[in-house]
Amino acid sequence: MSEYWLPLAGGALIGLAATMLMLFNGRVAGISGITEGVLNFKSDESHWQIAFLLGLVAAGLALFRVMPDAFTLGIERDLWVIVLGGLTVGFGTRLGSGCTSGHGVCGLSRFSSRSLVATLVFMGVAIVTVALTHQTLGAGQ
Amino acid sequence: MKRFFGPTSFTALLAGVVFGIGLTLSGMTQPAKVIGFLDLFGNWDPSLAFVMGGAVIVHALTRPLVLRRTQPIAAASFRLPNLTAIDGRLVAGASLFGLGWGLVGICPGPGIVGLGSGDSYFLVFFPAMLVGMLIHGRLAARPSPSAEPGA
Repeated sequence: MSEYWLPLAGGALIGLAATMLMLFNGRVAGISGITEGVLNFKSDESHWQIAFLLGLVAAGLALFRVMPDAFTLGIERDLWVIVLGGLTVGFGTRLGSGCTSGHGVCGLSRFSSRSLVATLVFMGVAIVTVALTHQTLGAGQ
Repeated sequence: MKRFFGPTSFTALLAGVVFGIGLTLSGMTQPAKVIGFLDLFGNWDPSLAFVMGGAVIVHALTRPLVLRRTQPIAAASFRLPNLTAIDGRLVAGASLFGLGWGLVGICPGPGIVGLGSGDSYFLVFFPAMLVGMLIHGRLAARPSPSAEPGA
């Protein structure tokens, strides 16, 4: 059953982290927005935004030592597909003001209909994309 | 920069670590797992539905308690999203994001956490994502009246 309760426990930690950032910093844990804030740099928010992103990387560095399987790709993608994926994720999350965390977790948690629409759209398009491309791009193992 | 070592950085670092642990434990840093979850019409793996479910339940229950306070612990004030418009930008942006997410199986958070693994998949995805954000910043008509903070 760990197949289900690990995702549930991980999800609970994500929700907890979003609440921590609100409790201590008074800010929404939207990762694409925080990343863009760091890119803009000029704002007086940059210092905590950089720290938050460093926290994400630190978690990855530490957990990769302990449970490298958690970073198993399991699929293969050509370089240009990864680049295209990164470009559209970066551009799209900024055009739509949020990603899985900002709209999907924080937005849905406050019952924002704007975030609900965004979440349904990106999930829907992602599902269609996988249905149309996954076999072509390669299912991996 | 002088405020970099202040309390708000420390608490944000802590929140980032917890968020990163959550993303990793939940399976979001495994592109094949994410794509399996999105493969609704194929070999569907429902387990990742529990990630958003768990996150939303915990955050929806605890957020109102936090907002009873007049101010956050380490900062001067709460900054809450104020946009409500459901418009073309929102739908187009979410669509592009969905396209990229479906192609590679990584969204922004796991894309950053995954850098810690040193895998070239993440080392390519992350800078491409930054470039996408920069291109948007260039194209966007100068400062929109109310940028959604941190969304």
